[in-house]
Amino acid sequence: MKISERAEEILETLWVRSEEKAEQVGLGVARGNPEVEELVKAGLATVRGDRIALTERGRAEGEKVTRRHRLAERFLSDLLHVKERLVHPVGCRFEHLLVEGIEDNICALLGHPRTCPHGRPIPEGECCRRFREGAGKGVMALAAMEAGQGGRVAYIQTRDRSRLQKIMAMGVLPGMPITLIQTFPSYVFQVGQSQFAVDERLAEGIIVRTAAR
Amino acid sequence: MYHVPGWDAIEASLDRIESLLARPYGMSGRAVALLLLQGDDEIAGIVGAAEPEALEKIRPIVAEAQARYDDPLPYIIAVRRQEEASRITRAVLSRGAAPRVGFAERLSRIMMNPLTGIPLVLLILYLGLYKFVGGFGAGVLVDLVEDAVFVRRVNPWTAALAERLLPWESARALIAGDYGIVTLGVRYAVAIILPIVATFFIAFAVIEDSGYLPRLAMLIDRLFKAIGLTGRAVIPMVLGLGCDTMATLVTRTLPTVRERLISTILLALAIPCSAQLGVILSLLDGHPLGLWVWVGVMGGVFILVGALSSRVLPGEAPSFYMEIPPLRLPRPANVLIKTYSRVRWYFLEIFPVFILASVVIWAGQMTGLFDRGVALLRHPVRWIGLPDDAAVAFLFGFFRRDYGAAGLFDIKRAGLLTGRQIVVACTTLALFLPCVAQFLITVRERGLRTAVALSAFVFVFSFSVGFLLNKVLVFWAVPL
Repeated sequence: MKISERAEEILETLWVRSEEKAEQVGLGVARGNPEVEELVKAGLATVRGDRIALTERGRAEGEKVTRRHRLAERFLSDLLHVKERLVHPVGCRFEHLLVEGIEDNICALLGHPRTCPHGRPIPEGECCRRFREGAGKGVMALAAMEAGQGGRVAYIQTRDRSRLQKIMAMGVLPGMPITLIQTFPSYVFQVGQSQFAVDERLAEGIIVRTAAR
Repeated sequence: MYHVPGWDAIEASLDRIESLLARPYGMSGRAVALLLLQGDDEIAGIVGAAEPEALEKIRPIVAEAQARYDDPLPYIIAVRRQEEASRITRAVLSRGAAPRVGFAERLSRIMMNPLTGIPLVLLILYLGLYKFVGGFGAGVLVDLVEDAVFVRRVNPWTAALAERLLPWESARALIAGDYGIVTLGVRYAVAIILPIVATFFIAFAVIEDSGYLPRLAMLIDRLFKAIGLTGRAVIPMVLGLGCDTMATLVTRTLPTVRERLISTILLALAIPCSAQLGVILSLLDGHPLGLWVWVGVMGGVFILVGALSSRVLPGEAPSFYMEIPPLRLPRPANVLIKTYSRVRWYFLEIFPVFILASVVIWAGQMTGLFDRGVALLRHPVRWIGLPDDAAVAFLFGFFRRDYGAAGLFDIKRAGLLTGRQIVVACTTLALFLPCVAQFLITVRERGLRTAVALSAFVFVFSFSVGFLLNKVLVFWAVPL
């Protein structure tokens, strides 16, 4: 069901505060607001006393709206080079034009980015999941590549701080050209002008956007 | 090109942090701010000590900056730095067509490919260690120096001089007796150990300067993971084949305490040093099967003890990363300078130990303590099937392992050892307690308790292995 743009904005704010920041959200000045009523009527939110909470469907919808907003910001800043302070306000208007379907195309065009220009995570879409599993090819861990294959570093898996430090110490950073030379008994690669040997655990943390072969 | 999102906000945070810092820190305020933003504990400690109020105000700024990103700030800042570096290099650097894969690169890949690389390791070990150090150093050079210089000249001169100048029998024994300072201490140090160690350090410097070691490290990493180490540990291990004491010092280059401890254990137990190797190789000369038994037992102990200690010692499995520098032809001048400084270090370090050992043995003999020690050691020596005389060699082994091995050499020359006894004695002595110098360095690097526990373990373990090996060789009647 289609809801108004204002209602979408509120849905997004609600999702960010309750899901990302795990806050309790009070109604405050929004009490009696027609858009809140609209959300409740659409079965996306419930109001109990002074608290407003998302329903399960509301959570799914809110995630999608947030995803569209942040994708729109990425699109504006990366492809259209819109000035940073304009990205947010223009993005707010632009996101409503990204209907489902177009949204995934934009996502693919941008290379399935993981964060918005402000550094906040972009919720994953179905297209990102397919892409990550390799259906999209093109982006894969160094450990999954074949000897002789090359490309540019897309990003580094940064969960493990000590591993991240080691990878960074080798000068392996997003955008650097990288070529895998050998896979056994250790992974040997060339990055920039230097060669390094790493074990499998480290090679799994380096994600490469492979060049067309 | 990748672009760091929201960098302006980071700049703003940097400005705010910089304006809060009132004290000088010996570097620009921006550098301090960058370090603080990256969560550097050391600088946070310094700022916290100098102006705690400022640090209190800075902490929320860092937290706020981090909250904008999914990835840790050090990563964000490194990416930004890389971006800037790339921008600068793009502006000033032009690159020709990619060079063809040259000879050095092809050789490098041959070294790193296990199919060709492993035979190459064996070839390098055979030529560098067995032929050059064992054959040339421990054979030709030792014979030359020992025979021509000591047996023919120095020893008779010293004996004659002592006879003339020293009226006391005990003083003569100290200088020129069987275990005298000149006849034993100086002779072993100069005539036996020096040529062996010097040839090893030459071989090691050539291998080191060629850039081969990181390639060996990447080949061996998987094997070393099984014993709780990474390929990186190959450097102290290979160096240990030269001098375990120096190698124990070098274990501090390993990243975790656990890796340092495991390699210290292996160096103390299963890596024979070049001085010892030289003597052991000449002991086993003429017993080719015995040499293989010895190599097999040492290798087995290395892997077994490594695997056990990596199970027993707490800590996470380490990860391996290492730069592979381009292969280069070593420069003779650099090789010589390196060898010289290492031999000098070695000599300054061991020469006093040798002299001290001579004095201690002399004092022990004078007081009868030495005889009691030999009598005590006779029991374990008998258990492993060796003649009583070998106990003397093992007591020497307390001072230096190679000292002990060299003592065995004299017994072999007298024709008192069978092939089986030689193999058992070589194995036990190679595993036996590290020399005094290595023990002292272990105390310094790992602490007294660890060093003492390690020595007790090595003592019991080496004789147990000798005992078992002897039983096995007798049982199967191996013709050695």
